[in-house]
Amino acid sequence: MDKLINVSPSPHVAGDYSVKKIMYGVVLALLPALAASIYYFGMGAIVVTLVAIASCVIFEYLIQKFIIKTKPTISDGSAILTGLLLAFNVPSNLPIWIIVIGALVSIGIGKMSFGGLGQNPFNPALVGRVFLLISFPVQMTSWPIPKGFNTGYADAVTGATPLALMKEGLGNNETVSNIMNSIPDHMQLFYGSMGGSMGEVCALALVLGFAYMLIRKIITWHIPVFLVGTVFAFTGILHLVNPEQFADPLFHILTGGVLLGAVFMATDMVTSPMTPKGMAVFAIGIGVITVLIRTFGAYPEGISFAILIMNACVPIINRYMKPKRFGEEVKNGK
Amino acid sequence: MLKTFKKGGVHPAENKLSANAPIVTAEIPKTATIPLGQHIGAPASPIVKKGDQVKVGQVIAQSSGFVSANIHSSVSGTVAKIDDIIDATGFKKPCIIITVEGDEWLEEINRSSDIDKNLNHKSADIINKVKEAGIVGLGGATFPSHIKLSVPPGKTAEVLLINGVECEPYLTADHRLMLEKGEEMIIGTKLLMIALGVSKGAIGIENNKPDAIKHLQEIVKNYEGIEVVPLKVKYPQGGEKQLIKAVINREVPSGTLPIEVGAVVHNVGTAFAVYEAVQKNKPLLERVVTVTGKSVSNPSNFMVRIGTPTTQLIEAAGGLPQDTGKVVSGGPMMGKALSNLGVPITKGSSGVLLFKKDEASRRLIQPCIRCAKCVTVCPMGLEPYLLMNQTEMQNWEEVENNRTMDCIECGSCMYTCPADRPLLDYIRLGKSTVGNIIRSRKQ
Repeated sequence: MDKLINVSPSPHVAGDYSVKKIMYGVVLALLPALAASIYYFGMGAIVVTLVAIASCVIFEYLIQKFIIKTKPTISDGSAILTGLLLAFNVPSNLPIWIIVIGALVSIGIGKMSFGGLGQNPFNPALVGRVFLLISFPVQMTSWPIPKGFNTGYADAVTGATPLALMKEGLGNNETVSNIMNSIPDHMQLFYGSMGGSMGEVCALALVLGFAYMLIRKIITWHIPVFLVGTVFAFTGILHLVNPEQFADPLFHILTGGVLLGAVFMATDMVTSPMTPKGMAVFAIGIGVITVLIRTFGAYPEGISFAILIMNACVPIINRYMKPKRFGEEVKNGK
Repeated sequence: MLKTFKKGGVHPAENKLSANAPIVTAEIPKTATIPLGQHIGAPASPIVKKGDQVKVGQVIAQSSGFVSANIHSSVSGTVAKIDDIIDATGFKKPCIIITVEGDEWLEEINRSSDIDKNLNHKSADIINKVKEAGIVGLGGATFPSHIKLSVPPGKTAEVLLINGVECEPYLTADHRLMLEKGEEMIIGTKLLMIALGVSKGAIGIENNKPDAIKHLQEIVKNYEGIEVVPLKVKYPQGGEKQLIKAVINREVPSGTLPIEVGAVVHNVGTAFAVYEAVQKNKPLLERVVTVTGKSVSNPSNFMVRIGTPTTQLIEAAGGLPQDTGKVVSGGPMMGKALSNLGVPITKGSSGVLLFKKDEASRRLIQPCIRCAKCVTVCPMGLEPYLLMNQTEMQNWEEVENNRTMDCIECGSCMYTCPADRPLLDYIRLGKSTVGNIIRSRKQ
């Protein structure tokens, strides 16, 4: 033994955890949903995913190398994850140049401008998505209809999402049961056979991903359960009040981005609260804002806005929602 | 379902390599280096001088305050000098150095191994014996034990908890002691119960030591009022507050001592030392030390005289492996890395742990991804990430308000951090600064 021995303070052992493992764990959890998108939308899903991932990784590399001038950390998997989530949040026929702009906004403005991994207040993929939605409303809302995995990238047939049909129908003073006739039944919605952002359609695949992340202990159950529960309860009450004016709660959960948002977007560690109590407040807030936008707002879907709004509230949630301290509540009469 | 504490905790790889190695009496060293401050509180003041002849068991330094403890010679021979020597903390501390000649014990010490079951003692006599014998908490905290036995006015002790958890990975000293000196340890427990005037005693043992649980359960059948409580394996269950929560489901309020909820906690090693002091008149001059590590050829448990150099124990366990990168006094979660392998074994040394080069260094620090794992595992319900940030910004008021002083430095946060952030390093820094601020405010 040479004379140099290490004298760092305790603890002297560390668990088998790393940022990389978490990031790739989430990527793995997204694979069922990716497979479902390819199954429903074909080539388009593959093109959009590859372009989004590649441009996110390249932009992160270039920004770190030439603008911030630090050692690029693209191997940690966070840029890949952002790219994948961005792809999940756009239609599968989105022109490549728009995807590249989305990736630049996600990585450049959403993440690196705040200082990179761990510093961003807003979910980078959603920053990109909302930027695109506002800048390119036509391309971002022309949703391909699921036509099977041999659909080419360019020849997708577009149509409206169930949420858009609902909004439009209600706007024309139609009744919910009337509109429901032109929408697939709930089981079809659960399997994902509908128009929508490429990663959000298949509830089954998203639930599988959720189960995987729970088992691997990547996330806790709090945010997804509270978020979906809130949407269910809120839309359920509205539905009970007037079933012809407000769609049923299952419809709201199975359509649009509620499940993708609840499982993968709102649970983003960097932009969500640190305690279970805080997570509950955060998730309930997202649920309420989503339903408000969907039922009373101008947009048919509001989960992206809801998550970004609640992202902004995270610092204040963390300030007031403290963990229960040991010895704070003394039990058993002593 | 097995009992455990509720909040937080981690489960590091147990690595109890020496669990089946019986306790072997280590060779008496040629020179014993006995520090004067082996306990929390004021160092003892020496009552021998250079050239004095001492016997095994003789008091060589006397308790010098309320929180202090006597120090006895663990060897016989001549006092060579009293000098400042680097100890396990890395600082120079006054030590009495004795050149060993033979092994001559004080006559009043009963060295027979017959079990003395006589429980006819008065509380005050036991407390006095414990004080005279220089017994301190052998779990590692080294708080003088007689103080814990004197219940402050206005408080009542209801239950004595004996800590046989040994939640630190690798260490097996307490485990072996429970197996090999079980009955003595139970008698010691009984003596502690008499001293405190309590009728209930419980021994908490983690379920990864089924042999010890079974063995003690057999013995306690003959001793009224003592219960063996198997606990689910979870670190840091050996922490005093966590053990109380696990066994009797009471939470010690922030900033107070266990007596606040009617509990007194002693380690199994301490219970054994109490047995020896009261029944055999033998002061605390040796203890069980585990010498272990993945590269150690014979992971062992030794009965070691206080003052034995660490190097001697490493030799006895098969020598220092070539690729050693770190040597820790204590367990991997809370032990202290040694800068000098010659440091003596003291009353608080529970183990010597050798790490290979590739286990010795920390991983590269990465940015916090706010995954909240540190918050989830903190057994005290703190927010380690926040304490680190606020300490870094020297925002001491926030650090104090977020209860940094409650931290028990168990290291669970750092163990679990995926970004390998030095959370506990910063929290220690914050604790020491905030501690100074609180003290200066009181003056």
